Amino acid sequence: MAILIDRNSRVMTQGITGKTGQFHTRMCRDYAFGKNCFVAGVNPKKGGEDFEGVPIFATVREAKEVTGATVSVIYVPPPFAAAAIDEAVEAELDLVICITEGIPVRDMVRTCAKMEGRKTRLIGPNCPGIITPDEIKIGIMPGYIHKKGSVGVVSRSGTLTYEAVAQLMEQGLGQSTCIGIGGDPVNGLKHLDVMKLFNDDAYTEAVLMVGEIGGSDEEDCAHWVKDHMRKPVVGFIAGLTAPPGRRMGHAGAVISGGKGTAQEKLAVMEECGIKVTRNPAEMGKLLKSVLR
Amino acid sequence: MKIHEYQAKEILRKFGVPTPTGKPCFSVSEAVEAAKSLGGSAWVVKAQIHAGGRGKGGGVKVARSLDEVKQFAANILGMTLVTPQTGPKGQVVRRLLIEQGVDIKTEFYAGLVVDRGSRRVCLIASGEGGMNIEDVAAKSPERIHRLLIDPVAGLTVEDAEDMARRIGVSGSAVVEAGALLQGLYRAYDSTDAALVEINPLILAAEDHVFALDAKMNFDDNALFRHPDIAALRDLDEEDPAEIEASKYDLSYVSLDGNIGCLVNGAGLAMATMDIIKLYGGNPANFLDVGGGATAEKVAEAFKLMLRNPELKAILVNIFGGIMKCDVIANGVVAAAREVRLSVPLVVRLEGTNVELGNKILTESGLPIIQAENMAEAAQKAVASASTAAGA
Repeated sequence: MAILIDRNSRVMTQGITGKTGQFHTRMCRDYAFGKNCFVAGVNPKKGGEDFEGVPIFATVREAKEVTGATVSVIYVPPPFAAAAIDEAVEAELDLVICITEGIPVRDMVRTCAKMEGRKTRLIGPNCPGIITPDEIKIGIMPGYIHKKGSVGVVSRSGTLTYEAVAQLMEQGLGQSTCIGIGGDPVNGLKHLDVMKLFNDDAYTEAVLMVGEIGGSDEEDCAHWVKDHMRKPVVGFIAGLTAPPGRRMGHAGAVISGGKGTAQEKLAVMEECGIKVTRNPAEMGKLLKSVLR
Repeated sequence: MKIHEYQAKEILRKFGVPTPTGKPCFSVSEAVEAAKSLGGSAWVVKAQIHAGGRGKGGGVKVARSLDEVKQFAANILGMTLVTPQTGPKGQVVRRLLIEQGVDIKTEFYAGLVVDRGSRRVCLIASGEGGMNIEDVAAKSPERIHRLLIDPVAGLTVEDAEDMARRIGVSGSAVVEAGALLQGLYRAYDSTDAALVEINPLILAAEDHVFALDAKMNFDDNALFRHPDIAALRDLDEEDPAEIEASKYDLSYVSLDGNIGCLVNGAGLAMATMDIIKLYGGNPANFLDVGGGATAEKVAEAFKLMLRNPELKAILVNIFGGIMKCDVIANGVVAAAREVRLSVPLVVRLEGTNVELGNKILTESGLPIIQAENMAEAAQKAVASASTAAGA
């Protein structure tokens, strides 16, 4: 068991013919049950062709109808990526993972409005993706650093998530599912949504939550954890030393109007019973300390 | 991306937002000429820099005669303006805006920004104009009014006029104020803005409304579809190191410490700054070379950090995922040789091909201090920097 994806998921790649789409589709197919899981590609101009044996369809709907894929991963360039999400939502897929970095916020505001009341869940954009170790990886994270286990990981970053996973592995701790929700100000699943899923997942025993400056995602999640979470949660927030008003790489990582500071987030998390560390080298040890 | 007040007002006027009549000027004589052609008996001389709080720093003056226009323009142009937002170093004033004076009856505030929680654009307005909106939010939050805008419907006449009434606009001015707010939203939406702020929005004589000040920021990710706005970028207002960084697609922010950080990924880069501080050091910069850094980018990043005269040590923290550690190690060695590195260099590699990467560093013969994990790397960098600073 895990959340959102496992070896039975069937996935299509939107933007399979681009350099990034090709490279990562290959890496994902090479990982665990990937050969069975990645069943289709989408490119409006290359329907009927194939990529290394994976059939390419002109539309998401057609790919879904023919192959039964209900999950999509998107590597489409930024100017067209929001439209690619829209197409997946229209085709009523269960889950869309958008890796693309640099989508205009205005496009995401419109896409998110269209998603209201629809069944599709969105991870990202500007994210590394999602992995259920030893079963399936959908995204750009290095698969081999993970192993199957009982720790859930949710994070807004890419390499900082890999760092967190490496620290868990040093403690001998595998992961149920790891999700990078992305570093953009307007995105799909938030910490809170993922936390609920981990709470209901029988296989997840504890959760490592990695956040960063900007917005109030982590605070919202912490308040929910206080009242509902049945499992231990530990956390780290990046950006304690970040100056206000400056965007720190991620479009969403900015302290604006004195809001979204790491200090504030850590304080709220602690108040809500989440064990936090201010040392990014201690995430793995901290998680280990809360396991029964 | 940020632009100047006069540029923001030019954009807003295209969307039907009334502003006082004014002209941008680059010299004292231009300022006097502008005042003459604008006419009237009072003018406002306004320093044009990107940072806010200009009035507090002496960058905004009301002139009652052409002589005063000349005097104020001469004082302000070329001055180093220090405001709460510029930092202690301040910003040199190179441009002025000369505007016709307007009689202010009442001041309001209006702003537009994305609300991350609801994933919608939020109109924020208040009857407390002219003040710092964050102070208003802290002292009297009930005086701040918010409205989430449906991206399909846009800001409707009804909602805009309702908001005008909520902040205290009454009578015949409601229609004008509503139209102004609608214009603001259309400008925000059409230009892919990230922020529009009018502080103050004023009620003037005969109940006309004006945007007396204007601030607009834009979404960098959307500039590709607004070449006209991208052309308004003023490099004089930006940090030279950050301009250089943007040429190589590096994400760089100058800070005031002495330990340079070179990291792949924004989250890990922030965490690296944090751990340096935790162990008693001070980061000189935020620098993200990207999740899939290349050897060339690493070399450019080194050159960038070494431009900083305060630099006492460099910490490289790379988690090689798709990008392999041996490739990064080769990049680090090549860059260190090319720039004849003069400060201690601490390198921590983790991930794909880490053994090979560390072997390359060891065999390079360069005095590279290697570290096995983040904590060790930060401690060694802090120790190196304090030794170098003491020497």
